[in-house]
Amino acid sequence: MTAAVSKGARPSLRHRLADRGFDRILLLVLPALTFMLVLFFYPAVYGGVLSFQPLGGKGGPFGDYAKFFGDPYMRESIWNTFRIALPAALFNVLAAIPIAVRMRGRVRGKRTMNTLLVVPISLGTVLVSEGLLTYLGPRGWLNRTLMGLGIIHQPIQLVHNMWGVIISLIITGFPFAFLLTLSYISGINPKMEEAASTLGAGPWKRFRYVTLPLLAPGLAITFCLTFVLAFAVFPSAVLLGNPAGDSHVLAVAAANAAFQQYDYPMASAISVITAVFELLVVALVLALRSRLYSGSTAGGKG
Amino acid sequence: MTTQVLAAGQRPRKRTVKSPFGWIVWAAVIFFFINLFAVVAAVVVNSFGTQWFDTWLPSGWTLNYYATAWQSYQLSNILVVTVQVALTVVVVSLVIGAPAAYVLARRNFPGKKLLMLCFLLPIMVPPITYGIPLATLLYQLHLGGTLAGVLIANIVPAIPFVILVLTPFIEQIDPNIESAARMCGARTWQVLLRILMPLIIPGLLAAALLVLVQTVALFEMTFLVSGPGSQTLVVALYYAVFASGIRPAQAISAMAVIYMLTTLVVLVIALRYVSPTQMVAQVREPSEH
Repeated sequence: MTAAVSKGARPSLRHRLADRGFDRILLLVLPALTFMLVLFFYPAVYGGVLSFQPLGGKGGPFGDYAKFFGDPYMRESIWNTFRIALPAALFNVLAAIPIAVRMRGRVRGKRTMNTLLVVPISLGTVLVSEGLLTYLGPRGWLNRTLMGLGIIHQPIQLVHNMWGVIISLIITGFPFAFLLTLSYISGINPKMEEAASTLGAGPWKRFRYVTLPLLAPGLAITFCLTFVLAFAVFPSAVLLGNPAGDSHVLAVAAANAAFQQYDYPMASAISVITAVFELLVVALVLALRSRLYSGSTAGGKG
Repeated sequence: MTTQVLAAGQRPRKRTVKSPFGWIVWAAVIFFFINLFAVVAAVVVNSFGTQWFDTWLPSGWTLNYYATAWQSYQLSNILVVTVQVALTVVVVSLVIGAPAAYVLARRNFPGKKLLMLCFLLPIMVPPITYGIPLATLLYQLHLGGTLAGVLIANIVPAIPFVILVLTPFIEQIDPNIESAARMCGARTWQVLLRILMPLIIPGLLAAALLVLVQTVALFEMTFLVSGPGSQTLVVALYYAVFASGIRPAQAISAMAVIYMLTTLVVLVIALRYVSPTQMVAQVREPSEH
């Protein structure tokens, strides 16, 4: 404002920068950016570098990666993570769709239901694991009820294996997926379905050819976020699963390497492997998403 | 939000007559809630029981395990740490995140997408993957196991969160108000503090509450960095469940109930100002702009 433009000359550097959007206001982003660079990106790069420096230099730069992929027990943790995270994320998203379809618009009790659904999200997996240990245990209420109804004769084993972990991921992940799907579906103009209805489409056809295509990009994001939550499963895998067996997931392997063996390079290598596999899935889903319709769902005049 | 959109000109739907599809959906929802309720009730009932073996309910009732839990887990210390961490994280992440959200909402500049990605990436990768290297660094700086280390580790995921909540909020405030203030001779800091600040207070409040709820429940970062004197409630609960057998199961449940009550108090306060969908929907469109 104070820098006057000298007559006839090119505008000052400050003005030219301001024209491109660089001005003093932009400096406001610096604290946050510095913080993220120092405490997120620097540790991430540091971890990446560390993962190529195995303890004692064993096996050269790729020693820890070779060790991880060479050890069947360690290698298995990738498969374990996918076996738990994929079904849980898929179930959460697929179950969320019909319920969100039903619950859009004005439905009695919706506000109460949404409020109750936030409870498991904010309680978190540690508390849900503690509750499920009692509830799903061999003498817990679930087995008791099922045996009382004569559905089963022996208690079914749902804790200390991967089923407990999957159930805990559904209890915390389904409300998350549902609320997200609901917010997407509420953004779709109901006039579009009404238009389809006047053209003679039944409920299934309206869903299949109108709502679903408009919802699909949102579902892709919902799946990604639910998958990220499930892929990072840690507390419930330890408390509710069998962390040495079928729920020896990547996060458990990384934490064990860091805090039981104090092998930080190995822990970093496992972190890198986790991030790579997770981002591969997210990238795949987002790539598929970019092939879908991506425009307004509000149905303007255009 | 949704009800307001639909309120005008929407023909009333017949919600009382249920189709088979409607019944199945309701049955599924009720089934989910029964199980959710049972999970929570199992913890609460266990915390009050004297002995609970092969029966529907415990054989007797007592409050003693709350005293046991309070003393043996030193819950007063843990609660103080939890409150300190949560409040500090909220204040610091707002002070750092809000200016950045303003820039992202108001300015277009080369590299904006890259900057946006910088703030989104921490949300898209599992906390344990960047938490382990961060914890390693903090331990090297002798901050591991201290309250300062726990604070730093918890602020990392909170800042992107604040930015994601506040950016759309600031975007929908009319920029002409700021231009008008400038025309009247206000300086930049006056525009920001006296014009914009009062307008974004609802957004700041929503962001603060969402960060508060998240920080109280955030397990991984504190787990990786904390030491004996700097555990938050959720991490202390994890260790209690992990080492179950050392102390009576009822004491662990009592601790879980105390954790649950803490979370619910925060949640009830939060839900007065933010809608349930806002709790999850601030990360709706990570790949757009």
